[in-house]
Amino acid sequence: MKLAIAKRDVDQDSSETGVVSAVTDAGDCFHCGLPVPPAPGLTVNIDGVDQPMCCHGCQAVAEAIIASGHGNFYRVRTEVSPTGQGPVPEFLRDTEVYDVPEIQGQFVHSLGADMREASLILEGITCAACIWLNEQYIAGLPGVTDVRVNYATQRALVRWDETRIKLSEILQSIQKIGYRALPYNPDQQQELHRQQRRLQLRRLAVAGLFGMQVMMISISLYAGAWSGMEVSFERLFRWLSLGLTLPVMLYSATPFFISAGRDLARRRVGMDVPVSLAIGIAFGSSAWATIIGHGEIYFDSVVMFVFFLSASRYFENMARQRCAASVEKLAQSLPVVTTRLAPDGGAEESVAAAMLAIGDRVLVRPGETVPADGEIIAGFSALDESLLNGESIPVDKNIGDRLLGGSINVTNPLQMEVKSVGADTVMAEIQRTIERAQAEKPPLARLADRVAARFISLVLLIVVSVAVFWWLHDTERWFEIALAVLIVSCPCALSLATPTAISASLGKLQSAGLLVKRGSALETLNRITHVVFDKTGTLTRGRPRLERVICSPQYERNQCLQIAAALEQHSEHPLARVLVQEAGILEKHELARVTSTAGGGICASIDDEDYFIGNVSYIASHSSAEIPAQWLDEIGADAVTTVVLARADRVIAMFTFVDDLREDAKTLITHLQNLGKSVVLMTGDGDAAARQVADLTGIRDYRAQMSPQAKMEAVQALQQDSAVVLMIGDGVNDAPVLSSANVSIAMGGASSLAKTSADIVLTANHLPAIAQAMVVAVRTQRNIYQNMGWALMYNFGAIPIAAMGLIAPWLAAIGMSLSSLLVVLNALRLTR
Amino acid sequence: MEIIYLLIPISLILLGVIVWILLWAVRDGQYDDLEGPAHRILMDEDRIVEPQKNSRRGDAG
Repeated sequence: MKLAIAKRDVDQDSSETGVVSAVTDAGDCFHCGLPVPPAPGLTVNIDGVDQPMCCHGCQAVAEAIIASGHGNFYRVRTEVSPTGQGPVPEFLRDTEVYDVPEIQGQFVHSLGADMREASLILEGITCAACIWLNEQYIAGLPGVTDVRVNYATQRALVRWDETRIKLSEILQSIQKIGYRALPYNPDQQQELHRQQRRLQLRRLAVAGLFGMQVMMISISLYAGAWSGMEVSFERLFRWLSLGLTLPVMLYSATPFFISAGRDLARRRVGMDVPVSLAIGIAFGSSAWATIIGHGEIYFDSVVMFVFFLSASRYFENMARQRCAASVEKLAQSLPVVTTRLAPDGGAEESVAAAMLAIGDRVLVRPGETVPADGEIIAGFSALDESLLNGESIPVDKNIGDRLLGGSINVTNPLQMEVKSVGADTVMAEIQRTIERAQAEKPPLARLADRVAARFISLVLLIVVSVAVFWWLHDTERWFEIALAVLIVSCPCALSLATPTAISASLGKLQSAGLLVKRGSALETLNRITHVVFDKTGTLTRGRPRLERVICSPQYERNQCLQIAAALEQHSEHPLARVLVQEAGILEKHELARVTSTAGGGICASIDDEDYFIGNVSYIASHSSAEIPAQWLDEIGADAVTTVVLARADRVIAMFTFVDDLREDAKTLITHLQNLGKSVVLMTGDGDAAARQVADLTGIRDYRAQMSPQAKMEAVQALQQDSAVVLMIGDGVNDAPVLSSANVSIAMGGASSLAKTSADIVLTANHLPAIAQAMVVAVRTQRNIYQNMGWALMYNFGAIPIAAMGLIAPWLAAIGMSLSSLLVVLNALRLTR
Repeated sequence: MEIIYLLIPISLILLGVIVWILLWAVRDGQYDDLEGPAHRILMDEDRIVEPQKNSRRGDAG
């Protein structure tokens, strides 16, 4: 926060002369920080100064922000904004689906006649100022009565008057200021989590507050035992302790008893069995001592024990739920909207997946999720079914093959007929993904659980033998000693060691812009020897600009662009997107037989003429024509990315692109190399482009023109040489290699397929966060070992001393609590 | 020391009030978003001031 305040002061001073952006360099796009191309010379007047804009998208967004009176956003933001997309026609069309009452039923609650309420997921949030902007902006829309954005979950709760504004208008307005909002359906599970979290917090609060009172009274009792105290006061204090401990036992400690009961019913010994025994016996004997008026009381031990254990459970649960929420957010990016085709296969129409009926024909583009279970009726493609069966290699499917809802189309557009309807299928998979993520414990945590389970059986055995031994030798003290052993030996420090450290690290990383989906990824990150980068979108901005169009004499620039765009409409490749955008409004071309090769290109026929578009090697293998030598001379030896458009017998045009390197790429790579990691660049692009990026960033090992398959094999080959590989990528074509690497990181702007395959998602598009993650991973590992070492040392050291009768139960409780507290505090060091 | 018979009930009543407030706060969702308010407080005031500033500068330019 200090930083934000300081920045603000500086900006306020400079505001007399207009806004000086704290986050973008002079000359770069004022909105998103990308370099500004010389050609269009776009600007937006912000506080009296014409600020440069890189594209029409950013210009439109910045103008919308200024026009709504929220120019202050630029002064307070601490991160650049996502690049403006301009109005995306598909998105505008898709949002209208949300006005259909049947679909609204899933997302929207009615509050009276015209009032509606819905939760929205916001995409594109980079810093706190974005939250502010969204909140202010949405609240300013006519008809919106209330809006509240949750900073942690990046979700907005919006209330509006249905007669004055429609949901689709709200969504489109948010799109205008450069964010994407989609309504989401807070399902029952999530509501359940919220309830659970609140209940835990209430239990913790009760244990803490009542515990404080009990401790206060205990201290007077100890002091009284030391210096003498009137019997009437002592009695009063003991009864007070009993009364104050009662709510803790009845309310805060119930989960331990329930869980212990469940364990015993299943004939297992869990952590909660000795815990419940210790609490129950200590409370019971103390209560009895209070009633009969003499004997030791251990109420202070009981409340302390319950409070510390509840606190640790709460932390652990928070970490698990945060993990689940992040996965759920990714799952939410699966489209609820799909493209339905008219029965004759012609007209396209966006509908919600939930509205599909059996027999409907649906178009599934590459990168999209299959909306329901069905059968292919046209096209063939590879489908990623890893969400369904964990198989990471895409499966080839042809006409007549069965498609599973929730699988992801990887290579070619497909037409399918819906066979069984589907909100269930997709939702069921999402559910399963979340559950899998929740269930997965890092190996170290599993180890701790195993150790703890054995340890507990051992402890119970020891307690019984100690009790018997002392009962035979000293009938006065046997109970006290057995109780001390039971309390002192509670392995809660051991069971806390891993979850606290991991949750602290996950929190730390999340604020640094890394969303860790699998806790075990942190552990593996330590052992990384090789770091493999994808180029486009990872080391570079992934927003290539069309630099030049070289046409063969028979064609004009615009004509080439039109054909290219018609073909590339069927691809999710970033270059394809640029071509489609550059072409502007598309002429209608009838396409047939569309086939795409991932990492190669696309082939389709227009008016019975086959056209190919793709990289140089793809064209070489599909077209007999040579690329004219003077073209290659013209673009020079400079490493540029090219796309070639050709027919079977001649080359029509060549498009060259520049994709600017992320300025923080070199920092990261130098850092990784200093850490002694081998850095490898693998790209599907040409040798020259790869070399250029490798030279600029200092990567010595680069491999060009690699297909997704080759990338995966290369990574596996590295792994065979006992390398531990971290893969960083973003595209659909990176999904296989992401899932075969030991740890994978997907960029924030990555395709949803890449995001689901990756262990970690880089939400802030800030590469050095990866170096930070590695540092945090090392610290986490060290922290876990420290915690476990301490916990084991404490337990093994304390038990014999307690068994010898040298530790009083109250001292045992303090020792146990301190050892847990030490573990928690040690883990909390990670958050700094 | 008889004062303790007054002080203890007072502290118990206080405890009751505090517990009630805390339970209410949890139920009300005060603990659901622990980060947002910290950021929000720094920015809220600008809402009314900002458009005026803009127009003034707009006139001058």
